[in-house]
Amino acid sequence: MERLNPHARADRYGSRINRTQSPICAGSVPYLSIMLGSLLPALLIADVMPLLPSLGLLMLLAWRLVRPGLLPLWVGAPLGAFDDLFSGQPFGSAMLLWSLALISLELVEARFPWRGFWQDWFTAGLIAVLVWLGGLMLSGAPVTREMLLVALPQALLAVLLYPIVARMVAALDRFRLARARRIG
Amino acid sequence: MAPPSSRRSGFSKKAQFSLFTSYLLAGAGALLGLALLALSLRQPAAFAPLRGLAGDAVAPAGEAAATVRTGQQSLFSGIAGYLRAGSQNAALREEVELARIRLAEAEAVKAENRRLKALLGLQDKAVKPVVVARLVGSTATSGRRFAFLGAGSSAGVRPGMPVLSERGVIGRVLETGRTSARVLLLTDSESVLPVRSAKGNVVAFAEGRGDGMLRVRLVNLGINPLKPGDLMVTNGAGGYYRPGVAVAVITETTPDGGIARLVAEPSATNYVAVEPVYQSEAIAALRARRAANGEAERAEASGGRAPSAAQGSSSPTTAGASEGGAE
Repeated sequence: MERLNPHARADRYGSRINRTQSPICAGSVPYLSIMLGSLLPALLIADVMPLLPSLGLLMLLAWRLVRPGLLPLWVGAPLGAFDDLFSGQPFGSAMLLWSLALISLELVEARFPWRGFWQDWFTAGLIAVLVWLGGLMLSGAPVTREMLLVALPQALLAVLLYPIVARMVAALDRFRLARARRIG
Repeated sequence: MAPPSSRRSGFSKKAQFSLFTSYLLAGAGALLGLALLALSLRQPAAFAPLRGLAGDAVAPAGEAAATVRTGQQSLFSGIAGYLRAGSQNAALREEVELARIRLAEAEAVKAENRRLKALLGLQDKAVKPVVVARLVGSTATSGRRFAFLGAGSSAGVRPGMPVLSERGVIGRVLETGRTSARVLLLTDSESVLPVRSAKGNVVAFAEGRGDGMLRVRLVNLGINPLKPGDLMVTNGAGGYYRPGVAVAVITETTPDGGIARLVAEPSATNYVAVEPVYQSEAIAALRARRAANGEAERAEASGGRAPSAAQGSSSPTTAGASEGGAE
C-alpha cells in the first residue's frame, strides 16, 4: 500500500498507525495561546500611546470563529480575568467585555449558521472595535479627545490583524491535533 | 462554515438544558465582571495583591525582554552614530543633552538657594536611591499608562516612591508585589505632578494628557510667563518628589499654561532609580491625621466616646508633621 501511496495510512495530522493525539495538548493549546496573547503586549514599553490591540481578545475571537464549539460560552470570564491582571484596565473590565463578546458571537452564529471568512472577519472586526471602545470607556480615567486620537491606530490594527491571527490559530489547531503520542 | 450539528439542540432536552446552562454561566460571568469592575473603579487598590502576584510571575520574562530591548537600542544607536560620524558622536550628543538638562537643573537649584537663604541650616542630604532596576514592561494594550518595574517590596520599594531615570522623572510607584512593582507614568491621564519652571518661580501642575504630552496648568492665572523651550522641574510640593528634578520641556503655550514634552522617556531608559519619598514623615503624618479624622467621624456617627481617642491619636501626628517640616 505504501508503495502506491505513501500517505495512505496518514491523515492531515500525521500517521494513523501507532500514533494518537495527546489529550493534554488538544485541550490546553487554545487556552495557553489566548493567555500568551494577553501576556505578550505587557513586555513592550509603551510610554506615549497604546501600541497593540489586545492580542488575547483577538486570539479568543479567532479560536471561537475558526473552531466554533471548541471553547465553552462562559470562557470569557476566566480568560478576561487573566487579561485584566496585565492589561492595566481596572479588574473586571475584560471579564465583562469578553463575556459580552462571546455571547454576541453565539447569537450571531445562531442567526447566520452558514458563514464565510469575510463575514467572520467583519464580525471579529466589529466586536474588536466595540471592545476597544468599551475598554477606553472603562479604563478608570475620563476619555479625552487626545486619548481617543492616539488609541485609534489600535482599533485599525485590531481589524487588520484578524486574518493573520486566524491563520495562526489554524496552524495552532493543526499542532494541537497532531498525532504525536506513540501507542504501545 | 456551518456550526457542527451537535450544537443545535433540536428536541433533545439534554442539549437544550446544556445550551441554556452555558448561556446562564456566560451571563453570570459578565455580571461578575461588572460587579468586580464597579468595585475596582471605586477602590482601585482592591486587586493590588492579585496584580502583584501576576507581576511577580512575569517579571523574569520582562527582565529578559528588557535586556534584549536595551541591546537593540544600543545596536541601533551605534549603527546610527557610525553612519553619521562614528558611534562616539551619538554618545557625545547624549552627554551634551544630559549636561544641558543638568545645567537647567542647576539654575533651578540656584534659584531655590536664593529663595531659601533666609532659612539657613535647612539643607537636603544627598538622596540615596532605594533600588536601581529595569522597567520590565508596560500596559501596551490599554488607554492607561502603567509600567512594570523589576523590583518590589523585597527590595524596599513602597507605594508612593518616585521613579527617576538619569534624565528626569519617570513616574511614581503605585502598587508593589514582592519582586515587581507597578509604576504610574507621568503620561497617564490620571497623573498630576506639582512643578515649577527651572528659571522663574512659576508654579504649575503637570497633568498627563493620555497621548504622551503633559498639560502644564499655572496655579496663578494672569499673563502666561511660559515660553516654548522652558524646562519644568519638580517643586517638592506634595512631599513625594525632591525639588529640582527635570520633568518636561514646554513645546507650546496655551492661555492657562502650556503643553510640554517629557524629558525622560520611559521607553528610552535602561535603568531607573527608585528614590525614597522626599518628605515621608510629613506624608505619613497627613495620612494618619486623615485616618484619625475618618475614625472620629465614624465614631461620632455611631455615637461612641471617640473624640478624646481621636485627639489622643492626632497629637503625635502633629508632632510628626512639625518634625517633617523641620527636616
